[in-house]
Amino acid sequence: MGAGRLYAAVAAGGFRRYATYRAATAAGVFTNTVFGFILAYTYIALWDEKPHLGGYDQAQALTYVWVGQAMFAVMVLGSNGFEAELIERIRTGDIAIDLYRPADLQLWWFAADSGRALFQLLGRGVVPMAFGALCFDLALPRDPLAWLACLVAIALGVVVSFAIRYIVALWAFWLLDGSGAMQLTWLTGVFFSGMLLPLNVFPGALGEIARLLPWSALLQAPADVLLGEADPLATYGFQIAWAVVLLAAGRLVQSAATRRVVVQGG
Amino acid sequence: MAEARTATAAHHPDCPDRPDRTDDAYAPYSPVRDGLRAYLMIAAMWIRSTMAYRASFAMTAFGNFAATSFDFLAILLMFSQVDELGGYTLPEIAFLYGVVGIAFGLTDLAIGSMDRLGRRVRDGTLDTLLVRPVPVLAQVAADKFALRRLGRVTQGLFVLGYALTVLDIDWTPVKVLMIPMMVLSGGLIFGAVFVAGGAFQFIALDAAEVQNSFTYGGSTLLQYPPTVFAKDLVRGVTFVLPLAFVNWVPALYVLGRPYPLDLPTWVAFTPPLVGAGCCALAGLAWRAGLRSYRSTGS
Repeated sequence: MGAGRLYAAVAAGGFRRYATYRAATAAGVFTNTVFGFILAYTYIALWDEKPHLGGYDQAQALTYVWVGQAMFAVMVLGSNGFEAELIERIRTGDIAIDLYRPADLQLWWFAADSGRALFQLLGRGVVPMAFGALCFDLALPRDPLAWLACLVAIALGVVVSFAIRYIVALWAFWLLDGSGAMQLTWLTGVFFSGMLLPLNVFPGALGEIARLLPWSALLQAPADVLLGEADPLATYGFQIAWAVVLLAAGRLVQSAATRRVVVQGG
Repeated sequence: MAEARTATAAHHPDCPDRPDRTDDAYAPYSPVRDGLRAYLMIAAMWIRSTMAYRASFAMTAFGNFAATSFDFLAILLMFSQVDELGGYTLPEIAFLYGVVGIAFGLTDLAIGSMDRLGRRVRDGTLDTLLVRPVPVLAQVAADKFALRRLGRVTQGLFVLGYALTVLDIDWTPVKVLMIPMMVLSGGLIFGAVFVAGGAFQFIALDAAEVQNSFTYGGSTLLQYPPTVFAKDLVRGVTFVLPLAFVNWVPALYVLGRPYPLDLPTWVAFTPPLVGAGCCALAGLAWRAGLRSYRSTGS
């Protein structure tokens, strides 16, 4: 089997694994829609009080809310993705089996995670966005190219999201219990991705710093590309730079970690 | 209190009505009393097991505190840009936030594991609970009792404390009593939502997240003043799913603010009744759900 076909099969498996739980997907869509409604009203109040806050008009702010709900599952901003499973495999020692498979560890998990992200984009992203567009006045682009540009930014965001969580998961080689590390990543992710509030609303230097961190590639970047607030090519450059740095860092951690593994015979 | 009770009860775990306790030795079987006792025993067991890893407990409790503080952080970030939201100032919103934070936090602490019911049905471990001589609701509610959830209560207390120091309220004895009343009745209302959500999971096993939109979503909604939301939404959470009675209706009376819907003043004092009514309905839903459960037998 060619390497490309192997990883394509793993990605398809990741997609189908999440597609199996239809009731859970429907429940997730429902929850994202409810939270979208609540947030939308608070944003309306905020932008009523101060129009053009952070350079967005009210329709753009509302669009941001629904993009955020659509990205919530795709970028794994709320729960755990593959990393909980990988940490468990490291803790139990099952990772030894993964390591003597004729596949690269990082690529294997990346393929599985990209399959998941694709499903969640379709299954959990589209419907809340459609609900939002039906119930609120959103600033959605009419140009299909703008949507395509946003899709590219989402895809790059998924790579960055994976790269961050892969490093976090590998900490388990040293910590064994990964729950603290996961919680910390989750908290940082929610704050710095712009899930809490758009990063351009953050006051002063905090906002500027937040925009430079990798988490802004997950939500703020695709949202700004969709809203026409950011130059797509510059955004891609930013996302690719972080993806390369973090994937390379993941490689380094991986090679250090696998040198620690001692496989017990017997 | 819970520790002391269970320390003696632990010697006779199989014998809930043992004769050496004079106060209830010959009392008739009472599901409420037995359920409560079982609940406290199971919760104490989980606390002991948590305390075996104290450092881990400290970290997760802090994590819970930090994670739940994010909601207030978002409000603070908003107020770094504006002075009012929906016509309300930061201390007023902090008051609403603190009340719902404590009320929801206490319920989440007490029965927050109800959303694991679907998992138990799926993997068949619910059957174990059914054969024990203890009400299933008590066992499910105390399952994986997580003391770390005190983090949410603590941050609610901090925010309420801030609000009460800064706010200029014309305190009357009634208004003072309103605060514990809101917390307790709010806890009951949220408790009913948790139990009804658990009952729903008998039908829809994977739908734990639907429950989240009413519990976590509801508490997020109530952190903001009702003037922020559309009238229809406010009507919905006042007359259909009466979450508004957790804090909006009574707290706006304390703050001396008019409620956006035309309600008479006495409605502000009804949350205990609303809470009791919700709990009765949720109890019926729970019974119906439990009765509809069919084990696979494997």
